[in-house]
Amino acid sequence: MSRIRTFQELFRRDRRRGDLVFALAFLALALVLLAAMPTETTWVKRTKLFAQPAFWPAVSVVAMTVFAALHLLGSFSSPRIPGRLQEALYWARSLEWAAWFLAYVWVVPLAGYLLSTLVFCPLLCLRLGYRGRTLLVASGFGLAVVVVFKSLLSVKIPAGAIYEALPPGALRTFMMVNF
Amino acid sequence: MDALLSGIDLLARLDVLMALLIGSIGGVIIGAIPGVGPAVAIAILLPATFALDPLVGLVMLLGIYGSSMFGGALPAILINTPGTAVNALTTYDGHPMTQRGEAVRALGLAYGASFVSGILSILALILLSPLLARVAPMFGSREIFLAALLGIVLVILAHRGQTFAAGMMAAFGIFLGTIGLEPVKYTQRYTFGQDWLASGVDLIVVILGLFALSQAFLLLNDPEEAPTTQRVEGSMLRAIGEVFRFKRIAAIGSGFGVLMGMIPGVGEFTAQFLSYTYAQKTSKDPDLFGKGSPEGLVASESANNAVPAAAMIPLLALGIPGEALTAMMLSVFYVHNVTPGPGLFQTQLDFVYALYIAMILLNVIVVVFMLFASNWLLRIIRIPTRFLGMMILTLSFVGVYSLRNSVTDCAIAAGFGVFGLVLKRLNLPIVPIILGMVLGGIMEVKLRSAMARVKTPLDFVDRPIAALLAVAIVLLVGLHIVNVLRQFLARRVQREE
Repeated sequence: MSRIRTFQELFRRDRRRGDLVFALAFLALALVLLAAMPTETTWVKRTKLFAQPAFWPAVSVVAMTVFAALHLLGSFSSPRIPGRLQEALYWARSLEWAAWFLAYVWVVPLAGYLLSTLVFCPLLCLRLGYRGRTLLVASGFGLAVVVVFKSLLSVKIPAGAIYEALPPGALRTFMMVNF
Repeated sequence: MDALLSGIDLLARLDVLMALLIGSIGGVIIGAIPGVGPAVAIAILLPATFALDPLVGLVMLLGIYGSSMFGGALPAILINTPGTAVNALTTYDGHPMTQRGEAVRALGLAYGASFVSGILSILALILLSPLLARVAPMFGSREIFLAALLGIVLVILAHRGQTFAAGMMAAFGIFLGTIGLEPVKYTQRYTFGQDWLASGVDLIVVILGLFALSQAFLLLNDPEEAPTTQRVEGSMLRAIGEVFRFKRIAAIGSGFGVLMGMIPGVGEFTAQFLSYTYAQKTSKDPDLFGKGSPEGLVASESANNAVPAAAMIPLLALGIPGEALTAMMLSVFYVHNVTPGPGLFQTQLDFVYALYIAMILLNVIVVVFMLFASNWLLRIIRIPTRFLGMMILTLSFVGVYSLRNSVTDCAIAAGFGVFGLVLKRLNLPIVPIILGMVLGGIMEVKLRSAMARVKTPLDFVDRPIAALLAVAIVLLVGLHIVNVLRQFLARRVQREE
């Protein structure tokens, strides 16, 4: 028993709330990748080991599994800090912002970069609890971003489908190229 | 000399100088805002520079890379919050000086130390360049493979107390780099039959997710903070000049910065630790360290600002990045059709000199800017954190979407954003993922070509540099294991007593 305890002490480290959840999840991912190796990589006949297409995925996934197992061992051996569920909920809360981001990505090709950004910035600020002048500042920031990146730096963002509704001519071309 | 003049000629263009000005001042502003940092800014701006002339784009991003630490010292000293991670040590002595009413002196010393070390490190590089031009061609495939492996080993071992976590993240990075269609035998690797995985996972998408989006999510998740600041009064020029009273500390700190910056995977933190420890040990007033010591401040700032220039050595000479920012700079070079590596010093020495001169100029621009703009920058620090999160989220869209106009890229970046947030909350290292992705690809290519000419394992290390690198790797791993066991035994003895 004392030998097991000594062995555990060797792996003791600082850990934060939710450390065990992450360590378990990462090891599970590594094991899934390890199990998928025969079907997801190819061993080519008459090819040296180091030139095999499967060599580096194998090295990385085996290393991931070994290090993840050791990390998990460290997690089990270290003093636990309560609050695992709250921490997992904190992580989950970030999914809302990811959804906001993806919604913005989805809207831009439809409504155009200018309109989408002018709506997105104040709307997100509204969700964050800002009111009044801050919403105007957010719109100003959105306008500045579009002007700098799309109009001045000509960053590759496609013109919105909404501009098709404009009458053919100089205005439509101007809006499609610059906003 | 011809190469140097040719380098000056390359830079002497209005658009290049404007890009340098925008990059340098932009870098200071970005560095001064806690929660943004140069990694986020470079990741966002990288796709925006695609349309620019290669030198213009490179110089702008180089400006951000080299100047952000100047800006990072400002909030570290005034509000005890480092603008960039490497300014953390600056808070130890900078903020107590502010509390003593010596804010302008602390800022001046920080800017002065950063300026001196920035210039010294670039001069060291210029002097080293002819040597590098001779040594770099000695690096064949096996030496570059071993240097990349050394980089991976160092970045894992540098994360003391988190070696396993750093190891699994580095391995994860290598794995990410292998996903997609393999370019030699044309087989699919870990694509799970999905077309969108066939082209692999883009490095810039991962960087934007792990650095920019994760930071935005963190800021949006956390409660609002808007730091209060007070105006800085006094002569900044005189305060900057005071750094020459501590010229020995500044010179030694710069030396540590250059030395540590050159070694892949080590970087600013080790340089600062060595510089700070040296300054404390040789100080007449060691007890003041951590309580507002001007020497401690100079030691910290001189070490960290010497690193960016030095970190360009393995990047330019071997094509091996030593940390996340240089990994990003490597992407910048590739995007702009410049291939760092042994050939660069032989064929494009003028270009290398142009980069060095640009770095000297950016240090001059920044220090002049800081003479007048510190109080103006204080207003930027006051941006509420959740509003800043909204700003980063909006800007991240430009970075990710403009790469390939791919919604899938944006979804992958969002996924890595959530993953990065979890890592940051758990205080687990992110940098090894990026280095794993970059160095893994280099190792795969170089090992494959090296092994074609190797018959026995000993052949692999039969050249002096290869042997030296192999011995260094074995020694480092061996010493680390011995060190861990020694610490464990010491703890055990202590407890039993």
